[in-house]
Amino acid sequence: MANTYTLIQSVTVGSAGAASIEFGSIPQTYTDLLLLCSLDQSNSSVIADIQFNGLSTNLSSRLLLGNGSTASSVTSTALRSYGTNPSDFTASIFSSMTIYIPNYSGSTNKSVSIDAVAENNGTSGFCSFTAGLWSASAAITQITLIANGGNVVQHSSVSLYGIKNS
Amino acid sequence: MTATYEPISTTTLANSTTSQVIFNSFPSTYTDLVIVFKGGASAGTTEFQAQFNSDTGSNYSRTRLTGDGSTAASSRDSGVTFMRFTGVGYLPNSDLNNVTIINIFNYSNATTYKTVLSRLNTPTQETNLMCNLWRSTAAITSIRLFVSANNFYTGSTFTLYGIKAE
Repeated sequence: MANTYTLIQSVTVGSAGAASIEFGSIPQTYTDLLLLCSLDQSNSSVIADIQFNGLSTNLSSRLLLGNGSTASSVTSTALRSYGTNPSDFTASIFSSMTIYIPNYSGSTNKSVSIDAVAENNGTSGFCSFTAGLWSASAAITQITLIANGGNVVQHSSVSLYGIKNS
Repeated sequence: MTATYEPISTTTLANSTTSQVIFNSFPSTYTDLVIVFKGGASAGTTEFQAQFNSDTGSNYSRTRLTGDGSTAASSRDSGVTFMRFTGVGYLPNSDLNNVTIINIFNYSNATTYKTVLSRLNTPTQETNLMCNLWRSTAAITSIRLFVSANNFYTGSTFTLYGIKAE
């Protein structure tokens, strides 16, 4: 039986940092996509935003959050997670984030499941769980990850995998 | 590379007349199982549920952690007759915007009870984590996914994957 969990592309950020990490020309031959992310950023924000096909419109998300003392839930008009380690967290700790996108090449709305942790050797850390939606019929051909308010720093990495259901 | 994430079976509903999807006759040779659901319900306030091996007894329990966009909450049920993946919300009506990823661990062993960890995402209602338990030592040989009322919506997809720990 075929192995259906295939690496499409992996990106590691160099010493200059990057305003965003982008995957373009995504093959339309898989059923689902999975991104595994390890991110650190230059700003004190923990937020990572995701955009498809270079567009920041028709996005929404519903988050479940924990910061080590309180659980909460919020909504956003961005496709959002607490998925980067902020600059005021302990140095050299990177976030871990998984982004699952089923039926990315179909003509229905694109739903997204995101799990993320931003850990810290301090009093607070973050975990977040996101139900995301891009209300668009277009196939996803490009994915952009943005560190809200800053740059993605060196050694951050993201791998994009394709999954086939047959 | 050894294939460790393999598709076993996939079903896409051609209409809105189906209230259950059953996976059976799957191999016992994997370590864990993963089900990816993308879809919705045909109408009404419909919950997403499951049973193993046609067991309708009071042999299930569950703990949920849910965010609805304004409040985080947790609750628990024990001695119930089915597993549940929806939390405070329901499957969306007449769209395919829900994505639920269900992990079934060590499904083929005949020694321990079976635990199930799921991530349900309905971007317009909730994001949740649910831990379900089936108090049976029997190997899982069939999985029944069903709705509490009405039917699954046209175009809903269910895919079963097997994972090998090797």
